[in-house]
Amino acid sequence: MNLHDKVFISFQNNDEARPIIDAIIADNPGAIVSEMPAMIKIDVPKRLVVKRETIEQNIGRAFDLQSIHINLISLSGNIDESEDEFVLAWGKRG
Amino acid sequence: MADRKLGLKEKYQLMTRGLDWETTYQPMDKVFPFDKYEGIKIKDWSKWEDPFRLTMDAYWKYQSEKERKLYAILDSFSQNNGQLNISDARYMTAIKLWAQGITPLEYYAHRGFCHVGRHFRGAGARVACQMQALDELRHAQTQMHAFSHYNKYFSGLHQAIHMRDRAWYLSIPKSFFEDALTSGPFEFVTSISFAFEYVLTNLLFMPFVSGAAYNGDMATTTFGFSAQSDESRHMTLGLEVVKFVLEQHEDNVPIMQRYIDKWFWRGYRLLALVGTMMDYMLPKKVMSWAEAWGIYWEENGFALFNDLSRYGIRLPKYHEIATKEKLHITHQAWNVFYTACPATGFHAWLPQPYEMDWLSEKYGETFDRFYRPRYELFGEMEKAGKRFYTNRLPFVCQTCQVPDFFTEVDNPMKQAVRHHEWRGMKFNFCSDGCKDIFVNEPEKFCQSYIPPQQIYQGNAGGARTLQEYAAWLHCPMGSDAGDYYSSDDYKNWLKWHGGRDTSPTTAAA
Repeated sequence: MNLHDKVFISFQNNDEARPIIDAIIADNPGAIVSEMPAMIKIDVPKRLVVKRETIEQNIGRAFDLQSIHINLISLSGNIDESEDEFVLAWGKRG
Repeated sequence: MADRKLGLKEKYQLMTRGLDWETTYQPMDKVFPFDKYEGIKIKDWSKWEDPFRLTMDAYWKYQSEKERKLYAILDSFSQNNGQLNISDARYMTAIKLWAQGITPLEYYAHRGFCHVGRHFRGAGARVACQMQALDELRHAQTQMHAFSHYNKYFSGLHQAIHMRDRAWYLSIPKSFFEDALTSGPFEFVTSISFAFEYVLTNLLFMPFVSGAAYNGDMATTTFGFSAQSDESRHMTLGLEVVKFVLEQHEDNVPIMQRYIDKWFWRGYRLLALVGTMMDYMLPKKVMSWAEAWGIYWEENGFALFNDLSRYGIRLPKYHEIATKEKLHITHQAWNVFYTACPATGFHAWLPQPYEMDWLSEKYGETFDRFYRPRYELFGEMEKAGKRFYTNRLPFVCQTCQVPDFFTEVDNPMKQAVRHHEWRGMKFNFCSDGCKDIFVNEPEKFCQSYIPPQQIYQGNAGGARTLQEYAAWLHCPMGSDAGDYYSSDDYKNWLKWHGGRDTSPTTAAA
């Protein structure tokens, strides 16, 4: 794996974040998950997607994707955000 | 007509654009007097794109939810005497450094973003900076609230703002931020949002805060992660500023490269303190400074610069020196902590045997050959009742103001010192990186207020001895300064634990 094309996202390791983390693992086949005390970091080559639909399947109710802010710790990459997907990727902006 | 729900992008566009106007009573250049003198050329501010499409109503909603969570945890921490459950009272030195050195920076950041939130010509950038100004004020406040509980039980937390202006070692973070605050608006956001927040703060807020959790400090864990989730917006603002400016005009590239070179190096020097917190002040270990540097700089930082290469931006100057130094700087810095702690607001100690072994495991021959023997000698001196203190203030770099404990990158036995003459005065530096910064801006850095020099000139309340200086700092030996094992903190800790020393005896206890 190329160390220098990864994007990452990390969340507090709690019950609210768990269905988000599970959705990211399901939707990003190359995901590498690292656990540290109280936090989880997920690295993915080039592009990482967080999908509302997958989180909703996990929790069985509607989910506002912007509420990931509540348990988010950090991230890297350019962000593209819509109601359905939150994408981190390297590349030109816009 | 049926209501149609707006999409996030449309809603964001409608709620954040077209709110500004071209002024007519006064020319725009008089209304925005600071955003041209740096030489940055902006052709079209409307090309500004906000990375997060967070409208003000959503911002209040999620921030208030984060705030409620945070204060619920702080309340339960104090109601349950959480201070008794930290791994060891030695850990508190990290919290003292945070309160004295980092929290004041949050407030400086608030002021800085209020300023640039007024002075960028583009409304998109102004709004983003104003929201960040609110976040930074929140960080200063939540940190003070979290530390106020510890202040009831431990020393060194009683007057952080007073100490910020008087403690010689706190001029390191203070001068860093004052340099940024007195720069032009583009340099300010490049320094703080990009070089500091994007490239470097993950090293503090991810592995160190995770370590705080591991050491039982739920107060710091909760404000730390809560702050870093704001930082993730700030970091993306930093990246947006850099990319926006680079796309606007090719003449901007060398200016931005110089800012990135300067602020990477300044931020890296400041982080020597953070590295020491991870390697020496967490009784239960999570990750070494060298490992964190590998993940957050050599992997994540390189990925960022890989991406920026399309704009003609290269890796920051001297980054390879920072990477080579990762095996040395925390040990060199802790040596200064250990020997100079009488004139500070914290305690220091020799690493315990389990910690020496952990450092050997993480740093291999570097630690065993260069640093373990020094600690063993200090240990023998302690046993003989001759605990070593330097009893003088250190010589510090004119630019970063860090004590010059650094060594030549290929020779750890030789102190690194650089000199530069300017207008008949000789100035001294810890590195080529810091010397370059001075040479680029001598009018600014010749004015640096260097605390050890000022103190020895009698400008510290007239103090003539280190004892008098400590009194002026309001941090006398024993109660606030000096060796941990002769401190009030240690005596109290034993008393609260029935005479037991609770320190872990293995790194992963």
